[in-house]
Amino acid sequence: MHALPATLQSWFTAKGWSLHPHQTDMLACADTPATLLIAPTGGGKTLAGFLPTLSELGENPPPGLHTLYISPLKALTADIRRNLRTPIEGAGLNIRVEDRTGDTTQTVRKRQRVDPPHILLTTPESLALLLSYEDSGKIFRSLQRVIIDELHALAESKRGDQLTLLLARLQTLAPNLRRIGLSATVEDPPALARFLSPHTQVLQADPGPDPDISMLSTPQPPPWSGGGGRYAIPEILREIKAHRTTLVFHNTRAQAELFFHHLWLSNEDSLPIGIHHGSLSREQRERVEAAMVAGTLRAVVCTGSLDLGIDWGDVDLVIQVGAPKNVKRLVQRIGRANHRYNAPSKALLVPANRFEVVECKAALDAVRAHTLDGDPRGPGPRDVLCQHILMTACAGPFSADVLYEEIVNAGPYHNILRREFDATLDFVATGGYALKAYDRWQRLKQTNGQWHLRDPRTAAIIRQNLGTIIDIETLKVRIKGRFGGQPLGEVEESFAASLTQGDTFLIGGEIVRYEGLREMTVEVTRQPGRDPKVAVFSGTKFATSTLLTDRILQIFQQDSWPDLPPHTAQWLALQRETSRLPTRKRLTLESFPHDGREHLCIYGFAGRNAQQTLGLLITKQMEDQGLAPLGFVATDYATLIWGLEPVTDPAPLFAPETLRRGLETWLNGNALMKRSFRAVAIIAGLIERSHQGRRKTGRQATFSSDILYDTLRKHDPDHLLLQITREEAMRGMIDFSRIEDLLGRIEGRIDLIRLPRVTPLAAPLLLEPGKVPIHGKGREKLADSAAAALMQAAGLT
Amino acid sequence: MHHIVTLGAETLHALPSGALYWPARSLLAVSDLHFGKSARLARRGGVLLPPYETRATLDRLDADIERTTPATVLCLGDSFDDLIAAESLEESDALWLVRLMAGREWIWIQGNHDPGPTSVGGTHRDLLRIGQLVFRHIAEPGENLEISGHYHPKASLAGRSRPCFLADTARIILPAYGAYTGGLRCEDPVLGTLMQPGALAILTGAKALVIPMPR
Repeated sequence: MHALPATLQSWFTAKGWSLHPHQTDMLACADTPATLLIAPTGGGKTLAGFLPTLSELGENPPPGLHTLYISPLKALTADIRRNLRTPIEGAGLNIRVEDRTGDTTQTVRKRQRVDPPHILLTTPESLALLLSYEDSGKIFRSLQRVIIDELHALAESKRGDQLTLLLARLQTLAPNLRRIGLSATVEDPPALARFLSPHTQVLQADPGPDPDISMLSTPQPPPWSGGGGRYAIPEILREIKAHRTTLVFHNTRAQAELFFHHLWLSNEDSLPIGIHHGSLSREQRERVEAAMVAGTLRAVVCTGSLDLGIDWGDVDLVIQVGAPKNVKRLVQRIGRANHRYNAPSKALLVPANRFEVVECKAALDAVRAHTLDGDPRGPGPRDVLCQHILMTACAGPFSADVLYEEIVNAGPYHNILRREFDATLDFVATGGYALKAYDRWQRLKQTNGQWHLRDPRTAAIIRQNLGTIIDIETLKVRIKGRFGGQPLGEVEESFAASLTQGDTFLIGGEIVRYEGLREMTVEVTRQPGRDPKVAVFSGTKFATSTLLTDRILQIFQQDSWPDLPPHTAQWLALQRETSRLPTRKRLTLESFPHDGREHLCIYGFAGRNAQQTLGLLITKQMEDQGLAPLGFVATDYATLIWGLEPVTDPAPLFAPETLRRGLETWLNGNALMKRSFRAVAIIAGLIERSHQGRRKTGRQATFSSDILYDTLRKHDPDHLLLQITREEAMRGMIDFSRIEDLLGRIEGRIDLIRLPRVTPLAAPLLLEPGKVPIHGKGREKLADSAAAALMQAAGLT
Repeated sequence: MHHIVTLGAETLHALPSGALYWPARSLLAVSDLHFGKSARLARRGGVLLPPYETRATLDRLDADIERTTPATVLCLGDSFDDLIAAESLEESDALWLVRLMAGREWIWIQGNHDPGPTSVGGTHRDLLRIGQLVFRHIAEPGENLEISGHYHPKASLAGRSRPCFLADTARIILPAYGAYTGGLRCEDPVLGTLMQPGALAILTGAKALVIPMPR
C-alpha cells in the first residue's frame, strides 16, 4: 500500500476529508500494470485516479513528465487542473500540473516539449500530435503513469481506437508505464477492461442509491414531431427556479441554441442561465465553466459537451430534453446531478414530441429495472491504423516488424493479422492501388529496412490532419439579398443538400423558404405564418437502442395507458381505432394517399440507421417495379416513403433474400456509403481535412470524395478503403444487423393496411426533418417538368 | 439525349456527357480533361488519390467517339493537368488514347495547365478558327461566336449540382469533361459578367437538361 505524502494527508485531515473505499483501493493497487475503476459521478473518481501519482511524486519530485492524464474533452482538462491545484497547493507540494489541448498556445506547447510538467493533462488528439514529433522519445522517457478519464465514452468511437494505439506507442517509449482507466457504469466491464489493456484489474465502486427520475408533466402536450421541447419552457423555468443548479441537456447543438434563445425570451426573472456546446468559442465555454465553478449560474443549457467529467458539486437537477435514445447514456447523464456522493441524483425527462413520450416512459422503466443497453465493440478500424502509421513516420523511421509487434498490444488491434497490417502499410506508402502508379512518388519509402517519409515536408500536412473526429460541415443561412449582418443560423451541409427551392423550414425560431445556395451560404426568404415543411435538421447520431424499441412495443400492447399522459394515451387509442398499433412479432405497414402522393409507412422499430437503410433498399425495389418513389424519411421507429404509385403487394419487397441481395448491389452506390467513405478517407489520410491551415469547404470535400469513391468502386473494388467503408457502414450507419433482427422476429408476418388518409401514428413522420430524395424516374419526370416550367417562366420556349 | 444549340449559323449538339458535337463538320469538342491530375498531386508530395481518373475520362470519351464517329476531335485546353503529366501517362492509357486518335484529326488547344506542345500525337494550337466559329481555352470578353472551356461551370437543379454548358448568342462555355474536376457555380460573378442576359445552362447527366442560367 502506497502512502500519501504526509503534508497531503494532514491537509485532507484538516479539511475533514476522508478517502472513499475505492480511493483507498486505488492506492492499494498502484503497482498493477492496468486498473479500471468503475464509479458513479461525484464519487471522487478522478481524484482516485491521481492518488497513486501524488503518492509517488511526494513533496519534492525531480523534474520530468510523470503522469499523463487523457480526457475526451478539452473542458475537462481545464477543470481537472483547477481541481488538482487545490490539494497540491493546499498541501504545499512542488508538483507542476499543466494542460495541453488544441486551445494551448504555440509558445506554451513548445516550452512543454523542452520542459514538461510533472502532470500533463491532454486529449487523444493532442497526444497524437505530441507523439508525432521526432523528440517524443525524450519527452516520454520518464513517464510512469497514464490516467484515462471517461474511458467508457472514448471507447464508443474511433478516438478510443486511436488512443489504444497511442498507449501502445507510449508503452514502448516508457516500458514501466502503468495505466488507469476511469469509467461510469457500463454494461460489460470485462470488455472495457480488455480495451484498456490485456491485463487489467477491475475495481467497482459502490454505485450509490437509485436516481429520483420522472417525466416532466406539462399542461400543454408536446408537439407531434420535431425536437427542442420549447413547449415545456414555462415548466422547465419553474424547475430551474426550484433548484440550485440545473443542467438542461439537448441531443443536438442546434436544438440547444434554439431552446436557449426561447428560454431567455421567457426568463422574466432574469435567472442567470448559460449555454455550453462544442461549437462555441473557447472564450464562451470558459466563461460558462468559470461561472459554474463560481456557483453564479442557475442553469446551463448544454449538449454532449457536458455529458462527461466536470464535477460541479452544486448540480442538483438534470433535465433531459428529447428522447434519451440509449439507457446507458441516460444513466450517465443523470449521474451529473450528484451533488453529494451517496445522495440520489434527480432528473426530469422532457419528451420533445408524442413518440418520445412513449420512449421516455420506456426509458424510465428500464432505469428503474437496472437494465443497460450496449453493443459489443468490433475490431479496431484500419483507417485509424493508417493514420497511426503516418503519425509514426512523422516521428522518425520505423521498422514494420517492430511496429506490428507494438500495435498488437493495443486491445482493439490484438487480433489483426500480419497480412492485414502489411496491406494497411502498403496503402499508406503507395496508395495500395491495383494499378501501381506511384512507384516513384510513394508517400513512405523503405531504406535499409526502415520506413520513412519520402518528403519530410509532408509531416506538417499529416500533423494537421491527425485525429479521428470528423466535423459535420455546416452552412450559414442568410436572408436572400441582404449582405453582411448576422446569419439566421447554421444548418448541416447534408440538410442543405436535401432542400429544393420552395421548401420551408424552421431556423432561429422563424419559418423561411429555401431559395438557393450561393457561395457556401443557404439563401432564404422569410415566410411567416406557414407551417414549415421541414424542421431544422436534428442530427441525432445515435439510434434508439433495441432495449428501448422493444420496451416501446411492449407499451403499445397494453390495453390502456393509465401511466402515460392523457394526450399520448388518447393518440395511441385513436391509432388503435383507425388502424392498429405495431407489434414486435409482425411488421405493420400503412398505405395511404396524402397531398397528391402515395405514402407507405413501415413500422420496423429497428432504430434510425436501420430504418434509413430499409428506406433506401425498399425504394430501390419500388423504383425497379415502376412505382416511382420520390423520397423517404426515417425515424427510430418507422420509415415513410412517398411516390407516384401505391404499394399493393409488400411481401416480395421484404423477402429476406431480396433485401440481402439489394444490400449488396446498393451498398456500392449510395449516399450513406459515400458519407462513410469520406470519413474513412479523411482519417486514413487520403483526403486532407486542412492544407496549410486552409480548411476545405464542406461542399468541395463532399464533391471530391464522392468522385473518388465512384472511381475506386469501378476500377479498384477491393481497395482497402472500400473494405473499411463497407465494414463500417454495416456496423454503424447501415446497421443491417438490426434489419436482420427485424426479419428474424417477424418471420414473414406482414400486414399491409390500406387507409383513406394519414393515420395518427404516421402523421408526425410527415413533419420529420432529414428527408432523403430518390433520384429515379419519378424525379427525372419532375426535373423535366421543373426545367420546362423554368424555361416557360423565362419566356424561352 | 442531347440538346441543340445554335451559335451564329451553326447547329451544335450539347451531349449529356459534357461534349459538344458539330454535325456539319463532324467535329467533337471536349474541354478540361485534366489527364494525370492524381499523378501531379502525388508528385507534389500530397495525397495519393486513386490513379484512375485518366481511364475514367477516356472511358467516357471513347463512348462519345463511338456514338458520333467524328472526323475531328478538338480538346479545348487543360487536357493534361501539367506538361509532365502528358509525358508520364500510364502505358495502357497512352495506348488507349492512340487508339482513339487513329483515323481522325486530333487537335489540342493549349490551356493554362498545358501551355505548350506535348509528345502525344495530334496538332497543337493556341486557338482555332473554323468557319465563323473560334475555339480557345479561356473566353475573351467581347469575342463573338466563340467556344471555350476553362471555368468548369456547374449548376443545380432539383437539389443536385451538375457540370453544365453555358450558352448565349455569342458564346458557349463547355463543362469540364475530366473525372477529378471541381466546378464553379453559375452564380459566380465571373460567369455572370461573361454571359449575356438570357443565357442558358445545359446540365449534364442522364440527359441534357436546359434551364435559364442561374444568376
